[in-house]
Amino acid sequence: MNSKIAELKIQFDAEAAKASNTAELEALRVAYLGKKGSITELMKEMKDLSPEEKKSFGQEVNQLKGYATEKLTACAEELKKQEIQKEIDSVPEFDISMPPSMNEGSYHPVTLVQRECERIFKTMGFAVEDYSEIVTDYECFEALNIPKHHPARDMQDTYYLDNGQLLKSHTSAAQNAIYKKYKDALINDGVPIKAIFPGRCFRNEATDACHENTFFQMEGVMVDKDISISNLIYFMKTMLSEVFKKDLKVRLRPGFFPFVEPGFELDISCLICGGEGCPSCKHSGWLELCPCGMIHPEVLKAGGIDPEEYTGFAFGLGLTRLVMMKYGIKDIRDLNSGSLKTLTQFIDE
Amino acid sequence: MFLSMNWISDFVDFDGIDKLDLIHRFSLSTAEVENEIFFKGRDISGIVVAEIMEVADHPESKKLHLLKVDAGDGQLTDVVCGAPNVRVGMKTAFAKIGAKIGEIEITPRALAGYTSYGMCCSEKEVGISDDNSGIMDLPYELVNGTDIKDVYEIDDIVFEVDNKSLTNRPDLWGHYGIAREFAALCGRPLKPLDMVDLSKYNSLPQLDMKIEDKLCQRYSCLQVENITKNVSPVNMRIRLYYCGMRGINLLADLTNYLMLEMGQPMHAFDSRKVEKLRIKRFEEPFTFTTLDGVERDIDENTLMICNGDTPVAIAGIMGGLDSEIVEDTTKLTLESATFNAVSIRKSTVRLAHRTDASQRYEKCLDPELTVPAIARFVKLLQDIDGGVQVTSSLTDEYAEKYDDVTLSFDKKFVDRYTGIEISNETIVNTLESLGFGVELANDEFTVKVPSWRATKDVTIKADIIEEITRIYGYDNFDIHTTATPVYPIRPDVEKTIEDKIKDILVKRFSLHESHSYVWMYNDECKALGIEVEDNIKLIGATNPNIETIRKSIVPTQLCQVRTNTNFAPDFGIFEVGRVVEGLKEDGMCNERKKLAVTLFSKTKTMEALYFELRDIIATIVGDIKHCDLAYEAKEVAHSYQHPKNLNKIILKGTEIGEIGMIHPVVMKKVDKKGIIVYAELDVKSFSDIEADAIKYEEPSKFPGIDIDISFVSEKFAPIGEVIKAAECPLIKGMEVVDTYRDENGKSITVRIYFAHPEKTLTKDEVMDVVNGIIDDLAGKGIEMKK
Repeated sequence: MNSKIAELKIQFDAEAAKASNTAELEALRVAYLGKKGSITELMKEMKDLSPEEKKSFGQEVNQLKGYATEKLTACAEELKKQEIQKEIDSVPEFDISMPPSMNEGSYHPVTLVQRECERIFKTMGFAVEDYSEIVTDYECFEALNIPKHHPARDMQDTYYLDNGQLLKSHTSAAQNAIYKKYKDALINDGVPIKAIFPGRCFRNEATDACHENTFFQMEGVMVDKDISISNLIYFMKTMLSEVFKKDLKVRLRPGFFPFVEPGFELDISCLICGGEGCPSCKHSGWLELCPCGMIHPEVLKAGGIDPEEYTGFAFGLGLTRLVMMKYGIKDIRDLNSGSLKTLTQFIDE
Repeated sequence: MFLSMNWISDFVDFDGIDKLDLIHRFSLSTAEVENEIFFKGRDISGIVVAEIMEVADHPESKKLHLLKVDAGDGQLTDVVCGAPNVRVGMKTAFAKIGAKIGEIEITPRALAGYTSYGMCCSEKEVGISDDNSGIMDLPYELVNGTDIKDVYEIDDIVFEVDNKSLTNRPDLWGHYGIAREFAALCGRPLKPLDMVDLSKYNSLPQLDMKIEDKLCQRYSCLQVENITKNVSPVNMRIRLYYCGMRGINLLADLTNYLMLEMGQPMHAFDSRKVEKLRIKRFEEPFTFTTLDGVERDIDENTLMICNGDTPVAIAGIMGGLDSEIVEDTTKLTLESATFNAVSIRKSTVRLAHRTDASQRYEKCLDPELTVPAIARFVKLLQDIDGGVQVTSSLTDEYAEKYDDVTLSFDKKFVDRYTGIEISNETIVNTLESLGFGVELANDEFTVKVPSWRATKDVTIKADIIEEITRIYGYDNFDIHTTATPVYPIRPDVEKTIEDKIKDILVKRFSLHESHSYVWMYNDECKALGIEVEDNIKLIGATNPNIETIRKSIVPTQLCQVRTNTNFAPDFGIFEVGRVVEGLKEDGMCNERKKLAVTLFSKTKTMEALYFELRDIIATIVGDIKHCDLAYEAKEVAHSYQHPKNLNKIILKGTEIGEIGMIHPVVMKKVDKKGIIVYAELDVKSFSDIEADAIKYEEPSKFPGIDIDISFVSEKFAPIGEVIKAAECPLIKGMEVVDTYRDENGKSITVRIYFAHPEKTLTKDEVMDVVNGIIDDLAGKGIEMKK
């Protein structure tokens, strides 16, 4: 090999080995392969050589040129790899176990349970109704077959207002309005009345961990031509199994409520022990859950529905009680306390 | 109410039937039985009749005696006994070695130097009364060694029925009525009550008695003389005791026994004090001393039993002290009556004195019961005291008869109501076993309701359904769904919007939903300097601190913010709840559903917090109604409002709410370092406004232009409005990109975004519009920043 070419190769190799970034590599390329680069310059020396020498010299220069080009490409790739690696290395390892900082909003627990119930009833074809908190004596009592002097009026310790109205003591107070709203569709078009109406209720009593003067109930009614006790049991069992997400046993016992006849107390198999008996059901295997019954003929009549032609059932779920059962809330007053320590825990549906 | 299975068994033969199972079925078919069943006598064994053969004083103890007793086992047993009533020849209850009394097993026991091989027992120790004054004094004819349980009804199953579940069942306030249910449940006959035939006294003189008030429905009485016994039979006392009553004396015990057996309250007067029985009310109030020695205020509504014009008892509630049976009473007048249930209930509430009698009268007792109760009473009394003489004929005034109830229905009615097949035979048997008269012809039933169910309980056909189905057993029902047609359900718009609002506030703005009360707490409002404004009020609230219904959620929400100021430096709460905005023209409350949102911060500026809330409200409206809001300054009307930046929130020309800050006076009381902004929306006004449809516009394929203009101004308004007023179709949006304060005042940089649907805009093409906006604002005193 021409000694000059050999020298230049050695010199190139040495410099290429030193190049540590893209810019230096580019400078190297210009220095050797650019228009005035050392290798390009070598070609200029060809003119002074004999034809034989020219041939071998030309081949050798071309080889060197090829060699240098390849080497530079390889070096560039290597450098790129190193740079990516450097970038990778520059990222620290995060401590994913650090406590998360979240900023989640929260629903009132009653909203969560109410929505869950509403969803279940909607899937079974029930409309969800909204009703006022202030009602008349007629709506709350008279229309529900609770005449004046009926003990039920004392039992409920109603909050009366100075204009003669009252804060509704039970969601049943909405029944009359619901019947009137839907009776025409029932009578004229045969559309059954299926509705639930959740709402806030009030009782004039002293509060403690188990008693609140302000609480939520959810009433439900279904009226059609041949609604039977058998239907009532079926719906209660199915709906409550959905609410509690397990196949429950239900049982009815006679219960006296003036707006239903027959009236029942509905028990469900204990959620903890499933009916075996445990301390939470006082070893009876059953939990008293909700009053229900066949709508009293007088109540249907007051709603403009002929009890000879139509029958129906009604039930009342204690929403606040369900909330307490579901989340294990021990003091009912926590629900209206507005305490964010309590409320912020109910972050999702 | 406690019930004795022994007593019930007097009237029904339960041979071969599991009584516990029956009690359980009773709970499912009739009335709620409390969980705990009492097995009386189960913890007593080995107690026998024994005779005290010798009594010697204990040498060192004044109280103790050394006895030798014969317990029928052919030997004398040494017993040390502390009872004061020991005597030779007395027969008593003796717990032998190995006997059990509750947890205790009797073993030989050293007492003051002597060993006692057993224990003589008091009634209390045997568990049949509270009497612990001495050991039992048993009749001489009892044979030594006889198990005490073979002598007296100590073994019994006692259960408690929840009184609340009996409110509508006057017939179940006595054992006989309960027995009727048990008989129906197990298909056995109910035995008739053993009574005397009162007609045999018809020739005797009538008592002077007159009902002078319609509140008395029926009054029956009879005079009895020559009562020689004073103590009730042990078995009678055991039953009373097991049912929660104390034995007093024969007559008092008998009236109680009758009440617990038949449900009919009775009263025995000293005949000398009721020679002229009158039942009436008095126009003037007065005080009256009842037999418990308490002086009570009687008003014009309280029905009284009187001797002429002298009151001797509060009708249906309690007798008077002066007419009570006393030592020298020889003649007594038995009262068995029915009074108006509502009147008794009201008097009970007024006197704050509820008795076993009034508790029963409140339930509308069967007026047909008064005479059989007397006939039964006399029978029981004569059985106990053979010398008793009846000295009057039955004196009975039946002023107001109950309404006979006869109901007709057909088999189809039953089928339709129950949804299952119950045979005619089952229907007839069930109703007859409960005392109903039933006629059946061609699937048509005619049912006569017995008097004890007809006073208020069973009046309509649906009541008969209950009778049939509860005895049939709800557990035996075949259950099935309905065959109703399916129709679409239209959701309640307001409710749907309420749900959407909650989702936006929780999921998007991380606020917390809370519930506060519908009334104002006077003390809490006072503590915050919030005036409790006049509004509709509660009457007679148990809590004296609450009276006025809220007009707005904001004050009750502020009270809740106050309790949370240490929870976090920044938080927001909201409530969807009701308020009352005064009365409507018809005098009814103007109840409104409101959304209130309150943001609290210790770290942000007032302005930043205000706009954060403004943006929250704008997002709710934008999301749900697809429209923009307008604002208009509002006058301060409430103590908690800050005079600055109080704005009406206006949607399509309708005021739907307000946004504002909290007055510094109130704010400082909530938290010294924090700031609060609030907004309140009327949910109905908001949901009533029709939402705009989504207006789709083909996006321009050509690049648009952003123009930033900086103004120097102390307020944002009306920059937004002026830009909107330009009504330039090329303006596609605007936003505030920067605000800052320097020596020149406050600067606001607004970015306006322009785009043209068919071409690329040049700056020159929009500058006319921009300059127009700048000029308009300059005219309103808002200068562009130089």
